[in-house]
Amino acid sequence: MARKTARPGRTLVVFFLVMAIAYGLVALAGTWKPTLGLDLQGGTSITLRAEGDPGEEALDQARQIIDDRVNGSGVAEAEVTTQGGNEIVVEIPGENARNLIETVQRTAQLRFRLVACSTVDGRCATTTGLPEGIQIDPSTTLPQDESQDGGQDGGQDGDQSQGGNNRAALGAWARLSDTQGDGADGADGSGGSGGQGDENSNGNRNRNRNGNGQQSPYDACIAAAADDETTAEPLSWIDNPTTACVDAFSQFQASGGCQQGATSVMGDDPATPLITCDEDGIAYLLSPAMIEGTQLDDAGAAIPQQQVNYVVTLSFDGDGTEVFADISNALVGTEKQFAIVLDGQVLSAPTMEGRILDGNAQISGDFNETTANSLATSLRYGSLPIAFEDQPLVETIGPSLAGDQLSAGLTAGGIGLAIVMLYCLLYYRGLGTVVIASLFVAAGITYAMVLLLSETANFTLTLPGIAGIIVAVGITADSFIVYFERIRDEMRIGKSMKVAVEAGWKRARNTCLAADAVSLLAAVVLYVFAAGVVKGFAFALGLTTIIDLVVFFWFTHPMVSWLAKYRFFNKGHRLSGLSPETLGVARTATGGNA
Amino acid sequence: MGRFAQLGNDLHSGQRGIDFVARRLVLYAVSAVLIAIAVFGLSYKGLNLGIEFTGGTQYRVPVASATQDDADALRQAVLDSGVEGASNPIVSTAGDDAVQIQVEPLSLEDAAIVTEAIVATANVSADDLSQEDIGASWGRQIAERALVGLAVFIVLVVLFIWAYFREWKMSVAALVALAHDVVITVGVYAFTGFEVTPATVTGVLTILAFSLYDTVVVFDKVRENTAAMRESRKSYRQAANLAVNQTLVRSVNTSLVALLPVGAILYVGAVQLGGSSLQDLALALFVGMAAGTYSSVCIATPLLVDLKNTEDEVKLAEKRAKARQRAAADPYASVPNFADDMPIHNDPGVEPPSSR
Repeated sequence: MARKTARPGRTLVVFFLVMAIAYGLVALAGTWKPTLGLDLQGGTSITLRAEGDPGEEALDQARQIIDDRVNGSGVAEAEVTTQGGNEIVVEIPGENARNLIETVQRTAQLRFRLVACSTVDGRCATTTGLPEGIQIDPSTTLPQDESQDGGQDGGQDGDQSQGGNNRAALGAWARLSDTQGDGADGADGSGGSGGQGDENSNGNRNRNRNGNGQQSPYDACIAAAADDETTAEPLSWIDNPTTACVDAFSQFQASGGCQQGATSVMGDDPATPLITCDEDGIAYLLSPAMIEGTQLDDAGAAIPQQQVNYVVTLSFDGDGTEVFADISNALVGTEKQFAIVLDGQVLSAPTMEGRILDGNAQISGDFNETTANSLATSLRYGSLPIAFEDQPLVETIGPSLAGDQLSAGLTAGGIGLAIVMLYCLLYYRGLGTVVIASLFVAAGITYAMVLLLSETANFTLTLPGIAGIIVAVGITADSFIVYFERIRDEMRIGKSMKVAVEAGWKRARNTCLAADAVSLLAAVVLYVFAAGVVKGFAFALGLTTIIDLVVFFWFTHPMVSWLAKYRFFNKGHRLSGLSPETLGVARTATGGNA
Repeated sequence: MGRFAQLGNDLHSGQRGIDFVARRLVLYAVSAVLIAIAVFGLSYKGLNLGIEFTGGTQYRVPVASATQDDADALRQAVLDSGVEGASNPIVSTAGDDAVQIQVEPLSLEDAAIVTEAIVATANVSADDLSQEDIGASWGRQIAERALVGLAVFIVLVVLFIWAYFREWKMSVAALVALAHDVVITVGVYAFTGFEVTPATVTGVLTILAFSLYDTVVVFDKVRENTAAMRESRKSYRQAANLAVNQTLVRSVNTSLVALLPVGAILYVGAVQLGGSSLQDLALALFVGMAAGTYSSVCIATPLLVDLKNTEDEVKLAEKRAKARQRAAADPYASVPNFADDMPIHNDPGVEPPSSR
């Protein structure tokens, strides 16, 4: 304490340095005007039209989820409304909001399935050699050590390289796509081409069947799987997939598979097997879903310790944890994969590296900060119950407040603060300059923070927000008033100014810390629990409270300590605000004890 | 200023002061009446919820090239139509060739009036207007989550005040003062019929935070004074009352400093702009913050004294203080041969608690 008070000048210098750094950052960000909200500046409106007739409840649910997504951090103040029974309108401040369309529109239905086979592991490729019409007994063809044809060799190569990578891979799971290049190369190089030829003939066979007016192989797969008892047990089903589905998978590959850009030829129904692709063009035959995205408790993006790439972390709820532990026990130590399927597309098909019994897992892969956050946000804020038509209507909308409101509000606030300063000057005289300087500093920091946050967190200023900040600056002045009244009280009981500044500080500090703790508590609790505009409020409240404390501790107090060195103040000049007359005590009282 | 400064010193030393605690029944009564009026307004008139809460109707007006002036003109036209549900239209340009106007759900006649006003202003035929129902952007889930957040906050703040002051009665008194402020603020909305928007919600939350903040500042002084109750030879109510008076200058200054900018916004919003969302918000803040400062001094502290008065130690201190007062009023009371009611001047340093 003593050291601190002895060098108030140093604290002030450091304080201004930090402020200069803040403005340096603002200069780097390159914007000197804050992003204004929908009411003041307008923005972008995205109208999503639901496919079919979604029903009121589903539409409102979707509205809520989209609201959570765009307002996840609570500071952007986007508006999401339903319109006319089948549309959702998203209004986002700023004109560069078009990149949000993807976030808004993604249906994000996440499911965990098991991989029966893929084009890389080739576990289903053996079926291609069998004559038409003969039922395949999967138990003889599927276990890899028993089947040794050409196609399978390629698959083995792929698996081995994948396994090698798995041991070095990040986190608990390894993402297959990291190794897919190797695996696919292996398949092409060693006999994969032979397999390809076989598959083609197989495909022709299936097409012929189609031509004869029979059901499509995919429907056949779904129908057969429904009759197949093992479908309900995905863990055994993948070792023994329904024959019709293996056929369908072969035909899918034969007809061009993922090269044609079709991500999924089957509907992403959790109860049925699924043939689909991932981003790298690998086709998969997948079991029915084992875990649904709704069984996730939380998802986040993070860089694990000692690693450089982003992963998406997942934590399952009670049931999800149990099922995942079962999967983990069954798959660990094998080459079998499971697949994370988002909106019908395989996002990642890792092998299980260890037993995960606590329900905390992570997806690693080619994520950067944006993609990891985007996926985590989609997972966290749930899946949309309805799908939307492509090509939403996107247009620019103007501000909803008349142009004069912003300037009027700012003028009013400015006048109000000017009166406040005048009052402080009249009442506190010399000390009033400290109040004014503190208010300017607080306003300066607030402005810098608003600028930085509009750049980094999409913080936008609405008219009510501006009113809130003006009020907050007024409340900030309360700390100084508490402090000055304390100093004066201490001087009234006979302490000299230098002593009173420190004695008053100790008491005022505790009072302000307690009172600001209440405000901070409100800010944190509301930010954690609430959504939308209330969350935005909590953010602003927390920010201004912290700024209040920062200015009070590292500007106002050192400033007063510093001023106390000057005769003008410590001898109680008539205009200092601390003269015996202004304190209302007899001069001898102060002088005698000083 | 000199006399005012003298007042500050007198308030601090206790030579002068307002006995808030002694007049608490009057103060309680005033607040009770205000709250009754607010509750009456709420139940009788209800709140005028905005489009964000109720949903409504959206008109899309085609115009040649949409400018802000078009939007402003249409907003004024809708306002001038005088329809109740269209008193706070949300009007903005949409794309290059349209203006969208959102109003609250309207009856058929009202809708016809609004449509006519739009058609006349924008110079389009009524057939060109497209009209669609829009839902509420403030969903039930947001409200529920906000309420859960509030409940958690209230519980935590009760625990915090209890822990910080080591006194659960202060938590109770602070909560009562908080409820007082919020009810009065909400009552103002009911009576004025101002539209309740999401901005109003943040305004009420600001008041919630401010009310507790202010109460904690005042209670901190109360705690300081009452902790030194024995040395200062005061009763709890005297010590608490002195604390309120000592922080009175702070309370007045703080409310002035906080209310002046809000007042300026209120003035500009109401007088110069003639009705805007700014005015609604500023009014709520003005009333709520005034109530917040008032309740810390006039409700929370007297209530705290009432709550504390049941404690043995406090009763004992009160008895001692009374005895001392008697002794001070009559220093010779213990000396034989002098009458008990021997007149003597009051000691200016002691505020007699039973004098009123």
